[in-house]
Amino acid sequence: MKVIVVGAGIVGTACAEALTREGIEVVVVDRLPVGAGTTSRGEGNILLSDKAPGAEMALAQLSRRTWLEVGDLVGRESIELEEKGGVVVATTHQGLGSLISFADRQRAAGVMALEVEDPLVLEPHLSPSLPGAMHYPEDMQVQPVLAASRMLVLAQQRGAQFRCGLEVAGALTDTNGAVSGIRTTSGEVIEADAVVNAAGTWGGVVGERLGGPIPVLPRRGFVLVTEPLPPMVRHKVYTADYVENVESSGEGLETSCVVEGTHGGTVLIGASRERVGFDTSLRVDVVETLARQAIAIFPFLADVNLLRVYRGFRPYCPDHLPVIGPDPRAPGVLHACGHEGAGIGLATGTGRLITDYLTGARKSEPGAEFAALLPDRFVGAESASESASESVAEQVPAL
Amino acid sequence: MTTPDLTPSGADHDVVVIGAGPAGMACVATLLAETSLTVGLVDAGHGAGGQYWRQPAPVPTPHPGEPAPRRAGLHHDLATFHRLRDALDRGAASGRLATRFAHHVWSVTANDPGPVAEGGFAVHVVDRSGRPGDESTSTITGRALVIATGAFDRALPFPGWDLPGVMTVGGLQALLKAGDVAAGRRVAIGGTGPFLLPVAAALAARGSTVVGVFEANHPVRWLRESRAVARNVGKLGEGAGYAATLLRHRVPLRPRRMIVAAHGTDRVEAVSVARVGRDGRPVEGSAERHTVDAVGVGWGFTPQLDIAVTLGLRLTRDRGGTPVVEVDRLHRSSRPRVYAAGETCGVGGAALALVEGRLAARGVAHDLTGADPASHPAPGPDGVAAVRLGAFADAIISAHPVPVGWVDALTDETIVCRCEEVRFGAVRAAIEAGATDARQVKQLTRTGMGWCQGRVCGYAAALLSAGAPGEPDERLIGAPMPLGALAQTDDQHDAM
Repeated sequence: MKVIVVGAGIVGTACAEALTREGIEVVVVDRLPVGAGTTSRGEGNILLSDKAPGAEMALAQLSRRTWLEVGDLVGRESIELEEKGGVVVATTHQGLGSLISFADRQRAAGVMALEVEDPLVLEPHLSPSLPGAMHYPEDMQVQPVLAASRMLVLAQQRGAQFRCGLEVAGALTDTNGAVSGIRTTSGEVIEADAVVNAAGTWGGVVGERLGGPIPVLPRRGFVLVTEPLPPMVRHKVYTADYVENVESSGEGLETSCVVEGTHGGTVLIGASRERVGFDTSLRVDVVETLARQAIAIFPFLADVNLLRVYRGFRPYCPDHLPVIGPDPRAPGVLHACGHEGAGIGLATGTGRLITDYLTGARKSEPGAEFAALLPDRFVGAESASESASESVAEQVPAL
Repeated sequence: MTTPDLTPSGADHDVVVIGAGPAGMACVATLLAETSLTVGLVDAGHGAGGQYWRQPAPVPTPHPGEPAPRRAGLHHDLATFHRLRDALDRGAASGRLATRFAHHVWSVTANDPGPVAEGGFAVHVVDRSGRPGDESTSTITGRALVIATGAFDRALPFPGWDLPGVMTVGGLQALLKAGDVAAGRRVAIGGTGPFLLPVAAALAARGSTVVGVFEANHPVRWLRESRAVARNVGKLGEGAGYAATLLRHRVPLRPRRMIVAAHGTDRVEAVSVARVGRDGRPVEGSAERHTVDAVGVGWGFTPQLDIAVTLGLRLTRDRGGTPVVEVDRLHRSSRPRVYAAGETCGVGGAALALVEGRLAARGVAHDLTGADPASHPAPGPDGVAAVRLGAFADAIISAHPVPVGWVDALTDETIVCRCEEVRFGAVRAAIEAGATDARQVKQLTRTGMGWCQGRVCGYAAALLSAGAPGEPDERLIGAPMPLGALAQTDDQHDAM
């Protein structure tokens, strides 16, 4: 079997790694080099702590196991994969109550969630006035571009090809109407038995060109990066309202704070969420709000220099779930996109699911827990999804 | 500082000029002289002048009887500086000009939610006039924006360049201008371009022994651009003056040579200099050693484009392939009411920057005072001068390419990114793994992620990975600042 993976971001390279592990022939195509899109704009979260029980949690758990396998294959150090654990802090007593009941539901789904007596034992530099916290030892961190690059190299060692600088123009179809490859904007034709849409924020456009439109839209975020420091923040530390914001459907700005240290010694402070299309301008009030929120959790940050701010566009679907699986409207096309802000964490599990769908492993064992992620949920709402992908096409910046 | 009355649109000023070097000063002086517009002027330095007319840091309590610093010969065309500074002082006294020195611009936004009507700009600054830790942030708004932020020194790595005592030629000159400090007693100057000469001359005039000016190219290349040279006799005269100084102090001017290594343990003690062959590569076996205690290296300049990139201005390339802001004859950028002058729209020296500053002022005046925006007033004598000086700048750039062989001097152990201590071996591995531009190299190796945000190593990373200067980095934060200063933003509009 030969498979084209469209997109060399974290999801596309994870698909290439998983497919080649099963001996499948893979061609990865991207307009840009490996990990140059949203992958390079993320914090590298591999989280269970922010997921509610359901399809996304099941995918997160599958991904976590697969990330550890990938870490063993390429060397954890080489992709800065760390089982550092997450600490979710409540900023109010009411917030602590919801955090505890959320954790109870997660425990029932098999997540390790530990109530913390004294948060300062875990994070000595936390503000002493916080009412409480929850510890999630399974949360991890990875350096996304290194990870994408290593997974692609691993796939290439197993025979995969990487074709950089190609953009998908449309699908080739056989006499039965099934997709049998792609045409590129430069006129090249690449034949294959299946095409995986792992185009991230551009997944809506690629889906449409392949005959399977899906509503993927950008959600802008800013991340602040400080000067390098000696280790001050040990875990991924975030406020409980992050969970609410991730699941929010609001159009406006939401900020909730995620603070963490990196290998390089810098501290990352995220993450804002806004629906403003592909607007690249900086919002100063967003940066100021993130700074304020971070200092409220870690007062020492007030004296730390901000070096850099970066911006990214998360690919989201209206129901905040990724689209993973075969598209019934375009046989031969599988989607693997729309992971919003969780794409790094969910990438490896997505690669496994795509491989299972293609090898039939998923068919013999339907995997009901992942049915909610199938593209079928957008089929039938055809007109709505078409207009959504049209609006995406309008917003894609000229390249 | 006097805060002027708000303009009718609700902005603090009609025009905000960023940068008080030759271009910014000329722009402000022209706006004050030829219009009735109000102006805000922001600069990171302690006073006007920029790098070209860099002034010593203010001394809070001058000691009586202390000898005045020896400043003669350091600055060119001080009469122009004094004339412009006097014009700025008069503008400030009249209330039409508000200056903010020791303020770093950390971002510029357009149409920010706030009091400025459509088309206005908010310049976000951090005040560094106090002690470190006492920084505060605020915002200055204007209906129009002039970007005159200059350029910074271009460095390329070579073995030993991270030793104390090795710096950029701009760094050597800044020490001289700001504090009358000669960086060493035996100094080697290397790189390419006419800027090497005044720095060598100033060091020699202050008693340092300059063991050589190692120019990677050959002055003969200028002759190929004879038309541009013939029309710029004045600029040539400037060069001849430096050459005479170098001759008087017996400074050898050594064309087709490059510094390939600096040696030393705790600081630089010697340099190796190689002959540059016709292929642009150091000739094997040609290396000679010079004992030195300081080294200055410069490979030209990179325009400071952070604000231009943040605002999404259209860029173009100069004759050397360096990205610069695209402007029309009145220095309008691709974005309405944003102008660029000086090195940001092409490195060309102070004489060109002065002309461009005046032209930008006329562009602003034309656009803000209700003239038909589609009409283009004649640029006049300054427009002619800009063309003439621009041709000369092009000739200089063409005559001073970076020789391809600079890479040959690198070893896997050579530091490329000093902030993050990334070595050439790691960069080479990233390129072999498929990195095709500086951004990929950065993501894979941390090159350019440190304190300087790639301002030092970005050019080298681009040349190594792509063979040419790349798209300028997007830096949404123009200057580091404490998070606490951001969190307690003292936005003057909140108080109004």
